[in-house]
Amino acid sequence: MSARYSIVGRPRPVGADRVELAIWYLMRLTGLALFVLALSHFIITHVLFDPANQTADWIDTHRWANGLWRTVDGSMLVLVVFHSFVGVRTVLQDYVGGRARTILVALLAVVGVVLAGMGLWAVLSAAAPMP
Amino acid sequence: MLRLPRPGQATLLKLSYRGGPGMVAWAFHRISGVAIWLFILLHVLDIWLAQANPSLYNDVLQIYASPAGRVGETLLGAALLYHALNGLRIILMDFWPRLTLYHRQMWAAAWAIFVVVGLPVAYVILKPIWGG
Repeated sequence: MSARYSIVGRPRPVGADRVELAIWYLMRLTGLALFVLALSHFIITHVLFDPANQTADWIDTHRWANGLWRTVDGSMLVLVVFHSFVGVRTVLQDYVGGRARTILVALLAVVGVVLAGMGLWAVLSAAAPMP
Repeated sequence: MLRLPRPGQATLLKLSYRGGPGMVAWAFHRISGVAIWLFILLHVLDIWLAQANPSLYNDVLQIYASPAGRVGETLLGAALLYHALNGLRIILMDFWPRLTLYHRQMWAAAWAIFVVVGLPVAYVILKPIWGG
């Protein structure tokens, strides 16, 4: 049997670029965290509960009545914004070059900051007090 | 098994697909990842509305709970589950490189888990469409 490398994963960056190496590790670390957080979030909101019943009022009085759940959801948001920013940046780096890439990655970063801002605002402004 | 031509070797079928399962796994990972990102844009907007404009959020929720919404959520769940399982496969191979010898078997295992976990979840999400 011949050893043949799968080309699924991005190779670990080698050389002096420590930021890219840190991003490579963080992508895997956030991926592991999201494996647990995002899958359990999907099961909770689509299997244990039905979307039809999760009104804005229900979120305030049940799902986010507990500060711990708001902390979990807020953390998941920050992780998913980072993980998706790096992921889409990788796609842009593969297909777009030069000035267009710089502009699109910058726009992507702005989108990430806006997403984190809107989501964290929603978590923090829910009716129940934070722990 | 797919036989890959050596570099420089002449091939009879120039247009034949020579990527193999590793290439398909990579393409699916990328497509599902971008799809999930697009949903995240929508999802942060709706959870923001839940606080900023609760009545409009409740209207959006009715779209999510509609038959078309449930089909969309099933596809989203499929993208999420594939991306999670294949992502775990990538991480395992990154940190234990010898596992790349078994990357095909690991991909098959990912699909087995995908079917066993995914089908019951899809059933629960879609059930209300036919009044279950």
